[in-house]
Amino acid sequence: MRRVPQYVALAAYVVFLAFPLVWLLSTALKTPREMALADPTWIPREPTLANFADAFGEQDLVGAAVRSLVVALASSVITVLVSLPASYAMARYRSLLNRVAIGWVLVSQVFPFILIIIPLFMILRDLDLVNTLPGLVAVHVTFTLPFALWMLQGYVRAVPRELEEAAAVDGAGRLRSIVSVVAPLLTPGVVATLLFSFISSWNEFMFALVILQDPDVMTLPLTLVRFTGPEGVARLGPLAAASLMATIPSLIFFAIIQRRLKSGLMAGAVKG
Amino acid sequence: MTATVTRAAPPGRPGTRSRGISRQTRETWLLMLPALVPVLLFSVGPLLYGIGLAFTDARNTRVHETSFVGLENFTRLLGDDEFWASFKIGAIWSVSVTVLQFLAALGLALLLNERLRFRGVARVLAVVPWAMPPVVIGLMWKLVYHPDAGILNDLLGTDVNWLADFSLALPAIIVVGIWTGMPQTTVVLLAGLQGVPKELYEAGHMDGAGSWRRFWNITLPQLRPVIVAITSLDFVWNINQFGLVYVLTQGGPGGQTRLPMLFAYEEAFRYRFAGYASMLGLAMAIVVLAVLGLYLWRQMRETR
Repeated sequence: MRRVPQYVALAAYVVFLAFPLVWLLSTALKTPREMALADPTWIPREPTLANFADAFGEQDLVGAAVRSLVVALASSVITVLVSLPASYAMARYRSLLNRVAIGWVLVSQVFPFILIIIPLFMILRDLDLVNTLPGLVAVHVTFTLPFALWMLQGYVRAVPRELEEAAAVDGAGRLRSIVSVVAPLLTPGVVATLLFSFISSWNEFMFALVILQDPDVMTLPLTLVRFTGPEGVARLGPLAAASLMATIPSLIFFAIIQRRLKSGLMAGAVKG
Repeated sequence: MTATVTRAAPPGRPGTRSRGISRQTRETWLLMLPALVPVLLFSVGPLLYGIGLAFTDARNTRVHETSFVGLENFTRLLGDDEFWASFKIGAIWSVSVTVLQFLAALGLALLLNERLRFRGVARVLAVVPWAMPPVVIGLMWKLVYHPDAGILNDLLGTDVNWLADFSLALPAIIVVGIWTGMPQTTVVLLAGLQGVPKELYEAGHMDGAGSWRRFWNITLPQLRPVIVAITSLDFVWNINQFGLVYVLTQGGPGGQTRLPMLFAYEEAFRYRFAGYASMLGLAMAIVVLAVLGLYLWRQMRETR
């Protein structure tokens, strides 16, 4: 009986957290006719996937999704390539840079983006990189780097130094021991960092808004926002469908790191 | 050892230090270089440049002579009624989102820490907002608040255009802010709760302390460092919020949800006052650092 208020509270939380999600899903599955009803329905009477097809029919959205994919792939691959050697140095040599990198992660949180984005815009304009995807990739790499570095160096640290020393005893050169001993053990860490960088870039809105002003080069978040014009309710269905599809990469990411979340931060929260 | 690494040894010239150290230093810098270049070029550099811009009359156009104007932008800021209106909205937004989000997350974390059935559902739901692109969160809530096709009016039996109403728009986006930020806060608090030693509760039990007393005298003091850390971070994130609110209202109606960052964005990219907007950013950074410093200092003094 003592548990009753607790269950009521838990139910309230579930409702608060779930209802916007349910509504998004419901909107995505509705016909335009049902959307226009004066009395909105929770569960679509005649559920349809037409909105998803419509979203794919929108030239703008498909083009934007492709551009987002290109930017996110390029950003994540470059981020990992650039941070791998640095993370090795951070993990293996004691260095002030270690603390500087973590300090920079914190400092960049406190400073408002406007202070960085105005000069950044001016620099990119002088380099003729405004309204270009490479310009956005450069910015995404820069702002994912500190955290990616910090993630990767944790993985490098987990590779026992003795393994490298053993390889050296066996006559392997330094590079050789890194490539054939450290690299294979680092694969899970590299995959996790790649995914993290990919999602950061795929979801990013603020920098894209400033750097990409021409609708022809806009990424998915920007195009989704433009999609909500004053046209009324007719396009809400495709918008909801496209929004759901834009969430898929993040969901995959969270499904993959779920196990790590369980064993780490959420340890104990899942048992029983 | 640490100090030597900070300075690059000139390549090829063995210095006063032993050969091994200078080689290691050189290697460190070589490995770091690819990561350092973009960060310096696109992040540290622009930040310093931006701080400099705050003291100029720079316009965000190609054809404009920029000159140093000292504190002129700052005095203009102090006398700008629109800025103060935006500042007030920012203060209301960041304090209420941070506090309400913390209370809501603490409640949820306490529940998830109990052996309740179905808590798995709540646990998964609490992480979902984390996995969603901010833009999608904004659009989703626009659908909820939509005056015709939205569900909220139907649920409450009202007929309100939530995001376009002068007095309701700010509370409406505050709810979205809480929904969006709850996952991080909940996860961090839950981790903190699980770190509280069980023996303390057992001792409390033996002393006959009720659940409320145990919460007040054991849980809260033990959680304190975690609470201070997460509320500080939440406050910083909230006061610097831009994207979510841009998607929801673009600062409207009539500037009622124009957070400082939206105000600065308009100044910089619509009216092209780059210098003025930079000063606004700098002033906000100083305010945030001051608030944070005061908060952390008070917390540290009280724990002692």
